Amino acid sequence: MSTPAQAPAAPPAGEAPLAVRLRGIGKRFPGVIANDDVNIDVRRGTIHAIVGENGAGKSTLMKILYGVQAPDSGTIELGGEQVSLASPADAIKHGVGMVFQHFMLADNLTVLENVVLGAEKLHGIGGDARAEITRISDAYGLGIEPDHLVESLGVGARQRVEILKVLYRGARVIILDEPTAVLVPQEVDELFDNLRGLKAEGLAVIFISHKLDEVLSVADEVTVIRRGTTVRTVDPVGVTARQLAELMVGSELPSPSTEASTVTDKVLLHVAHLSLPSDEGRPLLDDISFDIHKGEVLGIAGVEGNGQAELVESIMGMRKGATGDVVLNGRDLSTTSTRGRREGGIGYIPEDRHRHGLLLDAPLWENRVLGHQTREPSASRGLIDKGAARADTQRIIDEYDVRTPGVDTLARALSGGNQQKLIVGREMAGAPILLVAAHPTRGVDVGAQGAIWAHIKKARREGLAVLLISADLDELIGLSDRIEVILRGRLVGSFDPSHVTPQQLGSAMTGARDETATPTTDTPTSGETA
Amino acid sequence: MSDKVGVIVPDAKAAPKKPRRKLSVGWVLIGLAVALFLLSVLRVVTGADDLTSSGTIAATLIATMPIMLAGLGGLWSERAGVVNIGLEGMMILGTWGAGYFGYHYGAWAAVVGAILMGMLGGLIHAIATVIFGVDHIISGVAINIIALGAVQYLASLTFVGLPGGGQTQSPKIPDVPTLTIGPLSDGLKDIEDQGTFLVSDLASVLRALVTNLSSLVLISLLLLVVTYYVLWRTSFGLRLRSVGESPAAAESLGVKVLRYKFAAVLISGGLAGLAGGFLAMVASSNYRDGQTGGRGYIGLAAMIFGNWRPGGLLGGSALFGYTETLGLRQGGTSVHALLLAIAVLALAFGVWQVRKGEAVAGAVVVGLGALLGALYLSIDEVPGDFTRMTPYVITLLVLAFASQRLRMPAADGQIYRKGSAG
Amino acid sequence: MSPRVTRLVLGLAAPLLALVAAFAITSLVLIIAGDPVGGVWSTILQVPAERNMANIINNATVLYLSGLAVAVGFRMNLFNIGVDGQYRVAAFTAAVVAGEAWLPGYLNTALAIVCAMAVGAAWAGIAGVLRATRGVSEVISTIMLNFIATGLVAYLLRKVAVREAGSNEIGTKQIPEGSRIPSIPFSDNPAISLYGFLVIAAFFGFLFWFVLNKTRFGFDLRATGQSTTAAVASGINVTRMTIGALLISGAIAGLVGLPILFGDAYAYGSTFQSGLGFAGIAIALLGRNHPIGIAVGALLFAFLDEQSNPLQIIIGVSPDIVAITQGVIVLTVVISYEVVRRYGVRLEQRHVAAALEKHDPAGPASPTDSTTKGVSA
Repeated sequence: MSTPAQAPAAPPAGEAPLAVRLRGIGKRFPGVIANDDVNIDVRRGTIHAIVGENGAGKSTLMKILYGVQAPDSGTIELGGEQVSLASPADAIKHGVGMVFQHFMLADNLTVLENVVLGAEKLHGIGGDARAEITRISDAYGLGIEPDHLVESLGVGARQRVEILKVLYRGARVIILDEPTAVLVPQEVDELFDNLRGLKAEGLAVIFISHKLDEVLSVADEVTVIRRGTTVRTVDPVGVTARQLAELMVGSELPSPSTEASTVTDKVLLHVAHLSLPSDEGRPLLDDISFDIHKGEVLGIAGVEGNGQAELVESIMGMRKGATGDVVLNGRDLSTTSTRGRREGGIGYIPEDRHRHGLLLDAPLWENRVLGHQTREPSASRGLIDKGAARADTQRIIDEYDVRTPGVDTLARALSGGNQQKLIVGREMAGAPILLVAAHPTRGVDVGAQGAIWAHIKKARREGLAVLLISADLDELIGLSDRIEVILRGRLVGSFDPSHVTPQQLGSAMTGARDETATPTTDTPTSGETA
Repeated sequence: MSDKVGVIVPDAKAAPKKPRRKLSVGWVLIGLAVALFLLSVLRVVTGADDLTSSGTIAATLIATMPIMLAGLGGLWSERAGVVNIGLEGMMILGTWGAGYFGYHYGAWAAVVGAILMGMLGGLIHAIATVIFGVDHIISGVAINIIALGAVQYLASLTFVGLPGGGQTQSPKIPDVPTLTIGPLSDGLKDIEDQGTFLVSDLASVLRALVTNLSSLVLISLLLLVVTYYVLWRTSFGLRLRSVGESPAAAESLGVKVLRYKFAAVLISGGLAGLAGGFLAMVASSNYRDGQTGGRGYIGLAAMIFGNWRPGGLLGGSALFGYTETLGLRQGGTSVHALLLAIAVLALAFGVWQVRKGEAVAGAVVVGLGALLGALYLSIDEVPGDFTRMTPYVITLLVLAFASQRLRMPAADGQIYRKGSAG
Repeated sequence: MSPRVTRLVLGLAAPLLALVAAFAITSLVLIIAGDPVGGVWSTILQVPAERNMANIINNATVLYLSGLAVAVGFRMNLFNIGVDGQYRVAAFTAAVVAGEAWLPGYLNTALAIVCAMAVGAAWAGIAGVLRATRGVSEVISTIMLNFIATGLVAYLLRKVAVREAGSNEIGTKQIPEGSRIPSIPFSDNPAISLYGFLVIAAFFGFLFWFVLNKTRFGFDLRATGQSTTAAVASGINVTRMTIGALLISGAIAGLVGLPILFGDAYAYGSTFQSGLGFAGIAIALLGRNHPIGIAVGALLFAFLDEQSNPLQIIIGVSPDIVAITQGVIVLTVVISYEVVRRYGVRLEQRHVAAALEKHDPAGPASPTDSTTKGVSA
C-alpha cells in the first residue's frame, strides 16, 4: 500500500508479444474444484496481477504454471509455444521462475549456495557463480552479498535472494506469490521498485495478491479469479479498489451487519503493559494495554505478522517471556498457566485449527474433550467421562450444525467449515466469559462463515467479551464494537467501526496515517457504538 | 536497502561463521597439535609414558578409523536429512562381508565385500525411509535387529566347517598391504626412546605413521578428505546437503530430492560396511560375532560431537579412539593421568563460560572439573568400565551443555514426500 | 459398517498384512541361501509342547513389559530406545536390594520392585530432563545412556559381586527363598510352570490401558503425542508431560528384568539377559501401542524364538533366521499401518460425504442452506 495508483504508463496491452497464454486450465482435488476454465494472457514487459480471495485458486494455478502440479485440462503456452510442465525443472527450462510465499531457502547454506542450487551447470558453484550473482544483484539493485548465510538475512533480503535465484536462471516470466504478505511498507515500496526494474528489462511479472491497493499501484493488467475461474481481466487505470473487490467476492458474501450495542461498563478483560521480546530481544509485543467490557467485541486489525498471533498466545499464556498484566473479571491471570486461564473462563478459537485446534486423527468426541479435560462434562475426578463427552458432542453437532455422520468420525474427515463449527461449539460449551477468536472464519465456506458470525453475535448479546483478530476488514467492521490497530507489536490507533472506512484502517495498519483518521489510543470508546 | 525488520543483522552473525566453515579441517589439525602438546605436558608431569608411545598412537589410529568411517556414514546420510542409527547393523553386515569375501577371494575382495554388504543395509534403510516414508529411527532399529540375525544366520551357513571358521567366527582374512619406511621408523624410535618433551612425542606419532601402517588406514583418511571435497566443493554435494537442509527448496529448483537421499543412504551404508570390514581385517584378522561392540553408535556420537562436519568428526573419532585405546592398554594409569588434564580443562572452560555470562552452565562445568580433580587425587586408577563409557558421557555432556553450538541439518530426520514444494 | 467397526477391521488387517510380508521375505532369504523353506516353517509352526508353551508364555511376559515401556513413549511421540539400559540398571538394583533382604519376605520383594521402578524411571528421566530443558533428542540420549548403563552395571557388579560356587560367573547375592515370587503351575510336571510375575505384568497392562484411555492424564499424554501444538493450546504443560511420560516409561522398563530375577535367576550376574529393550520396540510397533496388541506381539516374538530353537538340530538351519523375520516385521508393520491408515482416511472421507449426501440432498457445498440453523438453537 504504497503510493496509490500512479503506476508508470504501461505499454498498451495489445502490443507486446505474449509471454504466457493459459487456456481452459482445470484442476480438481478430491471434493474440490481448485481451477476451472482459467484463461489468462500475460505480455512481456508488464506486471500482471492476479487477485482473488483466500482459497479462490490462485496458488493452485501458479503451481500449475510452475510445474509443481499438473493440470487436469487446458493448455499452457510460453512465448507462443505450447508446453507441458511436468516439474519445476521443466518450468525453469522454459524460463518460468517462482518466488514462493513461504521462502524456499535453506537457512544453513549461503546465498551463493541457495542461488546456484539446481543450476550449477550455468556458472559452476565457485568464483564464476559469485561474479554472476554480484552482477545481477548490482544490475537490479538487489544488494545481495553472495557469501552471507541465509539464516542471517532479514525478510526483505530473503525475498530479494528468491528473486535473484529466479533471475540467475534466466527466467523471462517471474511469478510472485503474495510477495507483500511478509513485508513492512518500506520493503513493499522497494519490492515494487525492483519489479518495475524487471519490467523495464522486458520480463513478464505475475503478481499474486489480495491486497487491492498494492495491485492497483503496481500492475499493468489485473485478472480477477473467483471460485477457481477467471472472472475478468481489467486495466487498473480507471478501476477502483471497490470495483475490484466486487469482482473478487461476487455478490453472495454475507455481510456482517451491526446490531444494537450490548456493551456494558463492566470490564471483563484488562490487559496492561503486555510486552513480549523475541529470542533476539526485538519486541514482538510492545507495551500493549486495552480493556474489553462485558458484551463488547474488540477487533484487532493489522497486516499479518505485526504481533496478532503473539498477542493472542500471550493472553492465552502460551508464550514464555511475556510480561505485563492480564486480568480477567478481576482475577489476575498474569502468571497462570494456559489451562488455568481456560478454566478461568477464556474460550479460544485458534488461528490455525489444524495445528492448534484439533487432534485430526482423533474422533470428534475426543476433540470435544480437548481443552476441557479438567471440566464437566468431559471429565470428573481425574477421569474422562466418555459418555457425557459423547452426548455433549452430539449436542454441539446439532446446535452448531456440524455436518458429520456421528461423534466417532475422525476430525480429519470433516470439511474445514465443519471443523471450525465444532471448535466454536466446543469453546462456547465451557461457558466462557471471554472468547478469543483468531481469524474465526479463515478458510471456511460461506455458509459456515455466516453461521460462525451469528454465533459470535449471539455470544456478545449474552454478555461475553470477545477479542476478535481478523485479516478480513469487513468481518472486523461488521462484528466489532471497537477496533484497535496493531502495527509492529504496538496498538497504534482506536477506531469506531460505525464511522471508520476501510481506507482509514488501511492507512493506520501500514503506518501511513492520513488526516481523516482519528486515533484515540488507549481510550476505549465503550458504550457509544451504534 | 533497509534491513530494519531483519531478524538478525547480517554482519553480526555471518562474520564469525564464515571462517569456521572454511578452516574446519585445518582447525582439527591445529586441535590435534594442541592435544599432542597437552598430552606431552601431561606425560612429563604424571610420568604416564604410555600416553604418547608409538604403540598407543598406532593402536589409536586403528581404533579411530572404524569410528570415523561409521561417523562418515552417518554424515553422508544425515547431511541428506536421513537419520541413520542403523549404522551399527550396517557395520555388522560389513564384518561378515569382509570375512566371507576375504576368505574366498582375497584381501581386496574383503574390502569390496564389506562395502557391498554395508550398502545392502543402506539399501534397506533407503527403501524404507525414502520410498515408504518409514520413521528413520524405526527403520534403523529394524536394520540393527535384521543385521544381527542375518550375520549369525549367514555365519553358521557359510563359516561352519571351514578351517578356523565356525558359527561365531570366520577363517582368517588375508591382510591388505601395510606400509613401513624402515630406516625412518628406526630413527624415529631412537628419538622416541629419549623421552624428550614434545620432540619424542612427535617422533612417536610419526613413527606410528611409517611403521606397519595399513593401507586401509590411508584409504579411510582419504575417504574423509574425499567426503569433505564432494560434499562441500561439488554441485553433487551441494544438492545433497540442500536436500538435508530444505528439501522443499531443493525440489522447487528441480533437484530430485528422493534420488539424492537414496544415494546418500547407500553411500552411508557402504562407509559403515567398510567400517565393519576395517574391524574384521585390521583391528582383528577375521569376522567375529559381536565384533562391532556398539561402534556404530560411537560413530554417530562422534558425528554429533563433530557438529555434522568432517573435521569435527575426525576430532571426535580420534578422541573416542584414544580413550578406547588407553582403556585397552595398561588402561588405568593413563586414563588416570588424563583425568587431571580434563579436570584442568573443565575448570578453565567453566570459568571462561561464567565470564561470558553463562553462569549456570559454567558453574556446572566448574563443579564437574573440581569433582574430576578430587577424583584424580583420591584414586590411583580408573576402572576400565568407566573408560569405555567415556564417549557416551562426553556426547551427552556436549548435547546438554553445547547444544546451542551444534547445528544439525535443518530437515534431519524428517520424512519427505515428493510434491511438498510450494 | 460404523466407523468404529471399520477401524477395528482395518486395525487387524494391517498387522496381518505385515506378518504375511515378513514371512514371504524370510522365505525368500531362505530360498536364496538354499535352505529348506518348507522344513523351516513346518518346524516353527508346529504345535508347541507343554514345556515350550510355558517357555513361550514366560518369555512373552518379559517382552510384554518391554513393549509396554516403549509404548508409553510412543503414545507421546517419544522414542525410548533406552529400555535396554533402564531395565538392566533397574534389575541390578532390585537384585542388590532383594539380595540384602533388609525387610522380611514379600515386603523385601515389594521394596525391590519399587526400587527397580524408581531407578528405571530415574534413568529414563535423565533423557526426559535433557529433552524438556535442553532440547536434546531422546533417541540419542537414551542410546548413550544404554552404553553408560552397561559400563556402570558392570563396574558396580564387580564391586558387590559374590562368586558363585563352582563357576566363573559373578553375581549379586541370591534372593532369599521367602522373597521369591512363586510360580504358577502350568502342567502336571512341577518343573514346568509360569512366572508368578505374569500376574503383575497383566496388572500393569490393565493399568496402562486404564490410565491412557480413561484418565485425564492419559488424555493429555495422547493429545500431546498427536499434536504438540494443539496440546499447548488446550492448556497441557508439554514440558511436564515429556518428563512424566519418560519417567513412566522408565518405571515400566524397570520391571522388564524382574520376572527373570524373581522367578528364575534369583541373582543378577554377568550373563543376565540383555537386548530385551530392542525387542520391545518391535513389539510395541506390532501391537500398535495397545496393551492387547502388545500381548499378541510379545507372544508372537516369544513363539518365534522358542520354536526356532530346534531348527539347527532338526534341519541344520541356524535359528537366527527368525531374527531376520522379527526385524523385517518391524518394517513391514510400519509400512502396512501407514498404507492402511491412508486407505482408512480415504474411506472415512467418502463415508462422511455419503452420509451427508443422504442427510442433506442439497449437498454439503451449497452456500445458502441453514446458515442460521445453529443460531436459533
